[in-house]
Amino acid sequence: MFEALSNENLQIYWWIIISLLGGFLVFLLFVQGGQTLIDKLSDNEEEKTVIINIIGHKWEFTFTTLVVFGGAFFASFPLFYSTSFGGAYWVWYAILFAFIVQAVSYEYRKKKNNFLGHKTFEAFLKFNGFVAPFLLGVAVSTFFTGSQFSIHKDNIVKLNSNVEAIISQWQTPWHGLEALWTTEHLAFLQNILLGLAVLVLARLNALLYIRKMTNEPNILQKVNKCIPRHSILFLVLFLVWFVRLLLIDGFAINPATQKVFMQSHKYFDNLTDLPLTLFILLAGLTALLYGLYKANFKADEKAIWFTAAGTILAVIALFFMAGFNHTPYYPSTYDLQSSISIANSSSSRFTLIVMAYVSLMVPFVLAYIIWAWRAMDAKKIDQKELEEELEKY
Amino acid sequence: MEHINWELVDWSRAQFALTALYHWIFVPLTLGLSFMLAIMETIYVKTGDEKWLKIEKFWLKLFGINFAIGVATGIILEFEFGTNWSNYSWFVGDIFGAPLAIEGIMAFFMESTFVAIMFFGWNKVSKKTHLLATWLTAIGSNLSALWILVANGWMQNPIGMTFNPDTMRNEMTDFWAVLFNPVAVNKFIHTITSAYTFSALFVIAVSAYLLLKKKDVALAKYSMLLASVFGFVGIVATIITGDGSAKQVARYQPMKLAAMEGLKKGSRGAPLIAIGKPKHLKNEPTHKEVFKDLKGEDQLDVTAEGFEIPYGLSVLAFNDPDAFVPGVDDLVYGNEKEGIRSYKERIKSGKISIEALAKYKAAKKSGDTETAQKYLKIFREHFIDFGYGYFDGHDLNELIPPVAITFTSFHTMVILGTWFLIFFILVYRAVMRNTIEKKKWLLRLGVLGLPLGFIVQEAGWITAEAGRMPWVIQDLMPTFVAVSHLKSTSVMITFFLFFITFTALLIAELKIMSAEIKKGFNN
Repeated sequence: MFEALSNENLQIYWWIIISLLGGFLVFLLFVQGGQTLIDKLSDNEEEKTVIINIIGHKWEFTFTTLVVFGGAFFASFPLFYSTSFGGAYWVWYAILFAFIVQAVSYEYRKKKNNFLGHKTFEAFLKFNGFVAPFLLGVAVSTFFTGSQFSIHKDNIVKLNSNVEAIISQWQTPWHGLEALWTTEHLAFLQNILLGLAVLVLARLNALLYIRKMTNEPNILQKVNKCIPRHSILFLVLFLVWFVRLLLIDGFAINPATQKVFMQSHKYFDNLTDLPLTLFILLAGLTALLYGLYKANFKADEKAIWFTAAGTILAVIALFFMAGFNHTPYYPSTYDLQSSISIANSSSSRFTLIVMAYVSLMVPFVLAYIIWAWRAMDAKKIDQKELEEELEKY
Repeated sequence: MEHINWELVDWSRAQFALTALYHWIFVPLTLGLSFMLAIMETIYVKTGDEKWLKIEKFWLKLFGINFAIGVATGIILEFEFGTNWSNYSWFVGDIFGAPLAIEGIMAFFMESTFVAIMFFGWNKVSKKTHLLATWLTAIGSNLSALWILVANGWMQNPIGMTFNPDTMRNEMTDFWAVLFNPVAVNKFIHTITSAYTFSALFVIAVSAYLLLKKKDVALAKYSMLLASVFGFVGIVATIITGDGSAKQVARYQPMKLAAMEGLKKGSRGAPLIAIGKPKHLKNEPTHKEVFKDLKGEDQLDVTAEGFEIPYGLSVLAFNDPDAFVPGVDDLVYGNEKEGIRSYKERIKSGKISIEALAKYKAAKKSGDTETAQKYLKIFREHFIDFGYGYFDGHDLNELIPPVAITFTSFHTMVILGTWFLIFFILVYRAVMRNTIEKKKWLLRLGVLGLPLGFIVQEAGWITAEAGRMPWVIQDLMPTFVAVSHLKSTSVMITFFLFFITFTALLIAELKIMSAEIKKGFNN
């Protein structure tokens, strides 16, 4: 059935799946957000353990989604995978490193004879909690502000010359970290803003999730105190970033010549040219705002589901803005013509079709995740419940 | 070659080897123990015998400690192809990326969703649902191994694809050929069954330790019984598929086979070295020069000697005592009589292919279709040697895998594998006859089985991967064309970062595990 789709539509289909995975990943970063709050929300070891168990039961979902996000990008848009991961080396390794130390920390923190001590494992959780959302936000922001690399696919046949057989080449010695201080067009400001916005959003979603999952009065009191401040801070950071995004010059592809050029307020135009994207974005922002309203003024436990839906939809819309409507989603400021677009970075038609069939498993996967999630979250987690539990973090 | 940054290539290889070998310390236990847990829980649910629940919960605890570090070391491998093998990722991402993505969608989610229920769901879901979750965790983790080995099998025997000269990369043409690649299928079964063997060795080692300490004797014996049967089935399947592996290596990677046996000059009715050691023809290397071996220099000087089984290698490789098995020299210098082309010839032909591709691109750019077609034809005619073209002007030693390492790891694997077969039978008999507690020597051998099992696991990987050198993709892409363009110091830094972190986490894992083991079953 996917054979009937044109190449272009197959590529669009896969970009939608990548966007969806990106959306879920950003929402699931609430686990990381929660990790940054373990001290702030607790007064003693027991309370800390409650918080860690609440978010800890979900850490594998975030982890797995990140891995699948990477794998899916590799399979469907390998040029991005090879250029960005091999180029922005330090950014990606910082993110990965933060996940390595996270994976053991929940399990080992409270175990006897754990060599590094529980404080170290908690520090690992906090490191992962701050670094991963922030740098993932920065990395996504470079989809709009650009990076410095060049691509020469023909170099693979360079023999015995002074040119190595290098296809993608990063042009700064900082290998991605320069996103934090590139002053041109105030790119650093834009990148840092989104990084912080994602971090605060992760914390906000964590607060709402913890509130839903526990009855511990002291924790709840602290959570309720944090929510308004986080709501305001997130809205400020995100809106400044987003309004600037609509105003800056964007990267555009001339459909006739396939040449990349700078176009004023390109991303604003993308919204007006892509009504569905605009709709998804507005739906996402509405859900987010409604969730925040419920959280702040109604003290509603279900607020998390609105902010979750809002987060996922808003991220999807941002990915659409970055990649559709003749826009290179991973632009190069060093050499505009090296910019990576959905069309020039995708796998072959055959692979996209194979992978499209594989994607039919996604609803099935989602179904059992939702089932497992509900089964595990049916009971609230508090000190009493944890005492009865044989296995806990 | 002056324009090749060998330091970068070496550090990139070292980092991949480090991360893969570390990851492989933990994965075999996940693959096998998950099934043993599922069997234990099934017995519990079927019989209602609380003893089996107690047994399962003890091993589940150890499983969890191991699982966490397996996950931690695994994430790097998903991204390392991009970060450190950027050219490779683009060149073959079309084929190689697919199994990685399928692994994520099909296997990882299953594993991580149900593992959470397995650990924390005892009071949250019904008994039967919990049992299902335990089985799905086992199936999920083994499915994940399937897709990784499909990807790895493709690197050893690249099929189901064609090179597209317009996009300058390999593209998949037949998904089923990639999935049912004979190398991949065999490798998958060989790897998971060897992982079952290792898991059985783990369970026996821990149980033997408890028996030696006279702690929880009854439950430890039940664990041992289950593990000896599980391990026996595992090792038999491993040996059968190992034989299959050797035949595939003979067919698709003759140089790897020559290195595995240290076979310098090929012959008909070639003998198999049962026990032996690598030997340098000119000078034995001092301990300093061993590092040169690692890097693959002077390989034409290395062979092997030892106790030989007549006709063994010919039978192992081709099921025919008179079959010709080529040695390193035959492959490097060619053997007209046996129809083997020399590497020199293949390099020349590969160079023609690569240069024709460049000319095709140039002609196409200038709109000269006729010339383009002419070069396209030449490119295709010589494509079989494409990868060899990159070795133009290189030392021929570079085309030979590190013989001493490949030989040693292969023979370690085979000798210890044979011992495990005998060992599982001994343990089974002793447990059934209820004499195991008295046989202290067997219990001590049981404890020793764990480090030995670990050595075999790593030796298997080293045989497969060091033997594949210098190729990332057999005959198509050498390591030095595959790397990312980075400073070698950058890769060196990440290498040590991983080395220190993984080592610290490994120490933590071992300490936590030993503390849990000492507590025994009744905690």
